[in-house]
Amino acid sequence: MSMTRNTLLALVLLMASAMPALAASEADYKTAFAAAETAEKQADQLRNKWTTTEAHLAAAKKAASSGDFDAATAAAKEAEALAKASIFQATSEKERWKDLEIH
Amino acid sequence: MRVRPILLSAAAALAMAALASIAASAIAAPDQVDPAADAKAFKKYFTDKFPKVKLEDFVNGPYSMNEDMRKQWQEKEEFPPYEFALEAGKEMFGKPFKNGKTYADCFPNGGIGIRQNYPYFDEKEGKVVTLELALNRCREANGEQPYSYVKDEMASLTAYMAYTSRGKPMDIKIPGDPRALEAYENGKRYFYTRRGQLNFSCATCHVQSPGERIRAEILAPAYGILNAMPIYRSEWNGMGTISRRFVSCNSQTRAVPLEPQSDEYRDLEYFLSYVANGLPIAGPGARP
Repeated sequence: MSMTRNTLLALVLLMASAMPALAASEADYKTAFAAAETAEKQADQLRNKWTTTEAHLAAAKKAASSGDFDAATAAAKEAEALAKASIFQATSEKERWKDLEIH
Repeated sequence: MRVRPILLSAAAALAMAALASIAASAIAAPDQVDPAADAKAFKKYFTDKFPKVKLEDFVNGPYSMNEDMRKQWQEKEEFPPYEFALEAGKEMFGKPFKNGKTYADCFPNGGIGIRQNYPYFDEKEGKVVTLELALNRCREANGEQPYSYVKDEMASLTAYMAYTSRGKPMDIKIPGDPRALEAYENGKRYFYTRRGQLNFSCATCHVQSPGERIRAEILAPAYGILNAMPIYRSEWNGMGTISRRFVSCNSQTRAVPLEPQSDEYRDLEYFLSYVANGLPIAGPGARP
């Protein structure tokens, strides 16, 4: 009995290690990319897009087109984070620009 | 999954924004728009910061800040790199359009010696009109295709027009139209607003750090920074207009540049030119 249990456990561990851990699916990528695009559109409305956000969006698309959804999802999430930072910057600068003014 | 780098880059960007705002919070902000007071304060800031620099020398940008660079520039001016563009611009300026008219028909005084009056606020349009914009409008009004705003033909034409104004003091007017004041204020806001992943405003380099090095370059003071435009820039390996300068500055801060001659850039040019009133036109210029 003990032998059977150990064998079962070994099989489970073997299967688990053979499967890619937390692999991103195409659906994961699409969700992450949509979120990034939404944030970037908001940054665009504020006239404050960053080149790095655009680069990560392009990298996400490229990785997705080659089927690498891990890399695509990671790039899309990075793009979303950067777009949100640019929104924060544009929003806070609406008043803070005056702090730098010469007078 | 690259969760950690994502969090780090976002956190770094937010931290930069927060730090920059804390660092600058020592300066109070005015509530009223007063261009004349701004221009006075602008001049005082730079002349106090660089008491040894002659007033009219600020238009020479980095050369006014560094003696070694000035010597190199003076030698270069014997055979200036903008000379070809200047000659081409003169030729283009005099060549009639297909309808027989020329650029001279579109501008006061035939376009000669008028650079110091640009940009101006057009009360009919309710917007700022730059020299580059006026040149393309002239072309279109005469059935010609507009030029690229950033280099080549536009740089040559503006180089020639600037040359005919060399030494004349910048003379930008803000009429009593509230929209003109608003355009000026928008330009000022653009100048001081931090943007791009590097969280830099125009003022970060050209007010806080003129004379300092950023990589191999010596930063120019904002005071009179447009007076030598257009410029031959070694970094560009060619000529560039004011539009090109704004676009490349934005890119360097990792901000997506706006379209050349967007309202924001036109207003920025209006602000920067107004606060340089009295300083001589020195274009075309050459920069590293």
